[in-house]
Amino acid sequence: MLEIRGIYKTYEAQPLLQNISFLVGTGETICLLGPSGSGKSTLLRMIAGLEPPDAGQILWDGIDLATTPPHLRDFGLVFQDYALFPHLDVFDNVAFGLRMKNWKSDEIKTRLAEVLELVNLRGFEHRKVTDLSGGEQQRVALARALAPHPRLLMFDEPLGALDRALREDLLNELRGILHRTQIPAIYVTHDQDEAFTIADRVLLLHNGQIVQEGTPADVWSEPNSVWVAQFLGLGNIIEGNIVNGNKVETRVGIFSMLCNHQHQVGDKVYLLVRPLAVENEANQIRGRVADVVFQQDRFKVTLDDGLYFYLKDEPKIGQMLETKVRLECLL
Amino acid sequence: MKSIFPRRILIWFAPLIFLGVFFFYPFLRILAFGLSFETLKANNLQLAVHVLLFTFYQASLSTLLTLLIGLPSAYLFARFDFHGKSLLRALTTVPFMLPTVVVAAGFNALLGPRGWINLTFMHLFALNSPPIQFVGTLGAILLAHVFYNTTIVIRIISNALSGLDPKLEQAARSLGANERRVWWNVILPMLRPSILAASLLVFLFDFSSFGVILLLGGPTFATLEVEIYIQALQMLNLPVAALLAFIQLLCTLAFSILYTRFSTRVTIQSAPRSANQHKANTIKEKVFVFAFCVLLFVLFILPMLALPLRSVSRLQADRGQQTQAHYGLTTDYYTELFINRRNTLFYVPPITAALNSLLYAGATVILSLLLGFPAASVLAKPGRLEKILDPILILPLGASAVTLALGFIIAFGRLLISPWLVPLAHTLVALPFVIRTLQPAIASIPDRLRQAATTLGASPLRVWQNVDWPILSRATLSAATFAFTISLGEFGATLLLARPDYPTIPIAIYNFLSQPGDLNYGQAMAMATLLMTLTTVGILFIEKQRLPGVGEF
Repeated sequence: MLEIRGIYKTYEAQPLLQNISFLVGTGETICLLGPSGSGKSTLLRMIAGLEPPDAGQILWDGIDLATTPPHLRDFGLVFQDYALFPHLDVFDNVAFGLRMKNWKSDEIKTRLAEVLELVNLRGFEHRKVTDLSGGEQQRVALARALAPHPRLLMFDEPLGALDRALREDLLNELRGILHRTQIPAIYVTHDQDEAFTIADRVLLLHNGQIVQEGTPADVWSEPNSVWVAQFLGLGNIIEGNIVNGNKVETRVGIFSMLCNHQHQVGDKVYLLVRPLAVENEANQIRGRVADVVFQQDRFKVTLDDGLYFYLKDEPKIGQMLETKVRLECLL
Repeated sequence: MKSIFPRRILIWFAPLIFLGVFFFYPFLRILAFGLSFETLKANNLQLAVHVLLFTFYQASLSTLLTLLIGLPSAYLFARFDFHGKSLLRALTTVPFMLPTVVVAAGFNALLGPRGWINLTFMHLFALNSPPIQFVGTLGAILLAHVFYNTTIVIRIISNALSGLDPKLEQAARSLGANERRVWWNVILPMLRPSILAASLLVFLFDFSSFGVILLLGGPTFATLEVEIYIQALQMLNLPVAALLAFIQLLCTLAFSILYTRFSTRVTIQSAPRSANQHKANTIKEKVFVFAFCVLLFVLFILPMLALPLRSVSRLQADRGQQTQAHYGLTTDYYTELFINRRNTLFYVPPITAALNSLLYAGATVILSLLLGFPAASVLAKPGRLEKILDPILILPLGASAVTLALGFIIAFGRLLISPWLVPLAHTLVALPFVIRTLQPAIASIPDRLRQAATTLGASPLRVWQNVDWPILSRATLSAATFAFTISLGEFGATLLLARPDYPTIPIAIYNFLSQPGDLNYGQAMAMATLLMTLTTVGILFIEKQRLPGVGEF
């Protein structure tokens, strides 16, 4: 089990990571999700031992790894642009880690067959890595990291360079492989779809701090800040003031709202208005249709006050629209 | 990062100590010797000015001629597509790195008093003396310089030309410019920095030319380099030699700085290379392409062809014995190399010169790699320290071989009995080339490859073994070949430093060439052919290994 305890790191005199702590349990895949520049990759490199933290500890099964050099950590790392060895063929790339552990050549052969089968690259053994497509290179990189049975796997934006359809396929394969092998994994990405697909648990990183942590469903249904709701693109965010009791006044009307926060009259609050229409709600929003965009099985309708919703039926531009909404209060 | 600093100093240690002892210390001794009151006398200064003026004169003339041939040739390579183009291009690259003794021997075999042309004329018209005076004229010097440096102009200018966006020319044409005005108002102005850079580089090489002047110019012509040699070894006047060496260093340094200025202004545009090239269509174009192909072929091939052919041909008995002349093929000149004759120049069979050369070249390879690797690896990822140290490492490049050797003589005079000074001097000459070959290769290995290997369990040593070394081995081989060929052909420094009983191949060729008699001449041809073959193989090997787009000069 990996434990990260109070990691700090500065980069060019700017704080990059502040007080990062989390656990990765057996068989668990966690995902570090955050915009570029949030320090995700640096965190991975510190876990791999390629960079020292300014403060804090990285522990494996309770043992501090500070004095363990990177090549003895047994942590597999899949790089963003694969970092395949250009002078070696597929077989030698994948066998690299096994040779470093002085495996016998027949053991290496057996393991190679296994791993290449796992990533669907059987028959690619003696191809040059520079002749492979992006997706194939990605599979080689994965196989190379998997082969020596690492006790932890780390992925640094591994699908960033691939096109969308390929990305989805590979992501599902990867999910299956992680599930089958039960290797704990840390997956770094800025793409929430990737994160929600692959992760058992998501850690949201913002300004060097973990701002929210939970299962994909938890994070999605209960964003704990305006930034999280915005970053995940959960819906419309509107500003309002508490007028009395549970009433909030906003630029698009006065709504009644239930929330667990302790608000005073006059407090400024942010409301999340999810774009899906709901039944049986007290609050409703009216507006004139300004724009309609067709999106596969639905229409994205933007009203003239800037709010957007997803509707089943196509409205006419200029038409008045009325829809029931649920409001969530963000801090 | 702070913890890395002392380690970097350690890496720098060996190269800096080496340069300190074998370049900067001798350099300071030259300064002290050359700039003393006794040296700065009127007649010494007069000599210096006289020599300096001739050096400038021959270098300017050579550069001008080189441009005259080089510019149209660059145009030929950049714009036209013709049969045998890649072969011709390869041929033009070889001379640049050929040892001066080989080039001198080649021109001698073609145009010298015992060369093909003179002997043919003498045979045809039954003449008693060679009709063409070539060796010992300014023309010989100029021709050899053109032969050497045309490739520089071709490379730099044709690169620039083929990088020009053809749309600019098309735009000028559509705006009403005729072909001449397109050249004058569009193409030439855009080529100006490249032309300046090429000219300066050619001038720099012509300015510090030594072997060509000594071997082809004869005793009447003395450039700074030759005069340093004459003063140091024949007049035994080290202070005057030092004064001249100081002037030489100042000039080459100034030209190097100017060249660096201009070459950074040469912008490389990324127009598709082939878009600019076409087959010769009009009669004018066809005549141009044909004429220049023939000219380049004659210029580059004839001397290099004349040499090996002359080395296996007996064309004439000794002078005045034309009636008993033997004509035909012979291997005598080669077999003579293995015979130890009492009355010849050496007390050892001439072939030992080849063994000495190989030994020195081997030592140079080892030394320059040992010093070049640490220097190149820190230069590949430059920090603050490297910004200061980079010019220090490259400074010896500006110093000519003769100056380096003079520094050795002044600084380590008593040690001149040691044959080890020769490979040390060769290492100084080769080191900048070795570093410039290794540095881009080291820089081309991304850090994440090393990190990937590390996360797969490779210790630092095994990372080096399994990642760095396999990728660097090609560049290392190139660098080693560079050092090897440079040492093999090095003439200037060797002439000043080599002991008479430890001759190298170039020294042996020089000695043979300056002695009378057909046998000596033939042996010079044979030795030069051997050296040419070795060097050409080396050059072609380096060309093949060159990373695409990496360092031209």
